[in-house]
Amino acid sequence: MDIDALSASRQPSRIEDDVHAITVENLNLFYGPKQALKNINMKIAKKKATAFIGPSGCGKSTLLRCFNRMNDLVDGCRVEGHLNLEGKNIYDKDVDISALRRNVGMVFQKPNPFPKSIYENVAYGMRLAGVTKKRELDETVEWALKGAALWEEVKDRLDDSALGLSGGQQQRLVIARAVAIKPQVLLMDEPCSALDPISTLKVEELINELKKEFTIVIVTHNMQQAARVSDYTAFMYVGDLIEFGNTDKLFTKPSMKQTEDYITGKYG
Amino acid sequence: MHTPTYKSHISSVFNAELEDVRQRVLAMGGLVEQQIVDATRALTEVDAELAAEVIANDEKVNTLEVSIDDECSRILARRQPTASDLRLVYAVIKTITDLERMGDEAEKVARMAADLSEQERGIAPLVEVGHLSRHVSQMVRDALDAFARMDAESALACAHEDVNIDREYEALMRQCITFMMEDPRTIRRVLDVIWAVRALERIGDHARNICEYVIYFVKGKDVRHISLEAMKKEVQEDDE
Repeated sequence: MDIDALSASRQPSRIEDDVHAITVENLNLFYGPKQALKNINMKIAKKKATAFIGPSGCGKSTLLRCFNRMNDLVDGCRVEGHLNLEGKNIYDKDVDISALRRNVGMVFQKPNPFPKSIYENVAYGMRLAGVTKKRELDETVEWALKGAALWEEVKDRLDDSALGLSGGQQQRLVIARAVAIKPQVLLMDEPCSALDPISTLKVEELINELKKEFTIVIVTHNMQQAARVSDYTAFMYVGDLIEFGNTDKLFTKPSMKQTEDYITGKYG
Repeated sequence: MHTPTYKSHISSVFNAELEDVRQRVLAMGGLVEQQIVDATRALTEVDAELAAEVIANDEKVNTLEVSIDDECSRILARRQPTASDLRLVYAVIKTITDLERMGDEAEKVARMAADLSEQERGIAPLVEVGHLSRHVSQMVRDALDAFARMDAESALACAHEDVNIDREYEALMRQCITFMMEDPRTIRRVLDVIWAVRALERIGDHARNICEYVIYFVKGKDVRHISLEAMKKEVQEDDE
C-alpha cells in the first residue's frame, strides 16, 4: 500500500477551481418594498451538490427559485442583477422561460406526482418535448427510474397510478420525472422534509449518484443532511449570503460567527 | 477568528453535557497532577508507602478516562456536534488519552521510588529530580489551565516550556552518567533515577500535546508535529 498516499490529508476542494454551472452577480430581489435577497454573488460548481442552509425567511428558497425564474410567478417580485447559466443571463428579456425550466429542473418539498400512471408521470416531459416513439420513451423512463433508484420497486406496475406509491417513492418518482428530460441543473427545495429517515437516506444516495451527471442545488433545513450530501454549502441569513464554501470546512471550522452559531444551535 | 463558546446552545441539556465533560477532564487533570507530585515526593524522600498509594491511584485515572470517553461517544451519537462543538469533543477525547499516559508515567516514577526504597541508601541526584518534577508539574498545571480557559496564547506559552524541560532532562542525564562512571556501585540506584527522569520528561511531551489540542479547539488549526516557531505563527496569524 502507498503510505504516502494514505497519509496525505484531503485538501478541501475550492469552488474557484471548479467549472461553474451558474454564476450569480449582484443579485437583489424585492417582494414589493421588502428586500429578500441582498447583493448575492456566488458561483455554483458544475456536477457538484451545493446546499443552501439558514433559518426560515433567510432567502434560501427565494434564491433557489431564482435559478429557474419561479419567482416570476410571484406578484410584486422584482429581480436585479445577473444570473448566468452557461454564460447566458437568464433574466435577459429574450430568454425562453419554458426552455430554461427544461434546463433547470425542480423538485419540491412535497411530492407532486400527476394523477396518472407511474410511466406517464416520467414520460410526461418527453411527450411535451415532442417525443412520440414508444421505444425511446420506454428507454428513457427506465433510465430515469433506475437513476432515481425506483425501478426495482415499480418495474412490474408501471401502469398503476402514481398516487398509490408511498411518500418516499413518490418523491423519487418526481425526481425521475425531473431527470427524464435531462436538465443541466436540478433544484431541490427541501426534498426530504416530508419523508421518513430511510426514504431520506435513499434520496440522499440518489443525490450522490445524480451529481455525476447533473448540477444539484438543494435547500434544506436539515443541517446534517447538508453536511452529508453537499460539496459546497452556503449559509444565508435575512437575505445575505453570510458564508459560502467547502462543506467540510464550513462544518468543522466556519469563518463567520453567525455560521458557527447557526450550525451549532446557539443563540444568535 | 471568533472565540468559541459552548455555553450558549439553545439546548440547555447540551450546554450541561459539554460543561460536565469539561469539568471531568479538569478533575482528571487535577488527579494526574497530584499523582506526579506525589510520585516525585515518594522518589525524592524515598517513601515506599506514598509510592504504593500512587500506584494504587492510577486505577482512578484509568476509570476516569473510560468514563469520559464514554460520555464523548454518547455526545457524538446524540448531538452530532459541528464546528467548535465538534472540535471541543475531539480535543477532549485526545486530551484524556494524554492525561492517562501521564498517569502511567507517574506510576512508573512511583515504581522506581518503591524500588529505590528497597536498596541501600547512597548518592543520587534526587534534589535535581525534584526540580525537574516541579517544572513538569507546573507545565501540566499550565496546560490544564489553558484547557480550562480555552486560551490559545497561554497554550502556546506552555508548549514552549517543553524546551526548558528537555534541557533540564539532558543535564540530569549527564549528571547520572557521571555518577555511574565515578562509582559503578551506584549504577543500580542511578538507573532507577534515570527511568524516573525519563518518565518526567515524557510527561512534559504529553503536556505539550494537550496544548496543541487547545490550539486546535480555539483556532481550528492542527499544530501537531511542527516547530514551536511555526506553531506560534499559526496561533498569532489572522485567519484566512
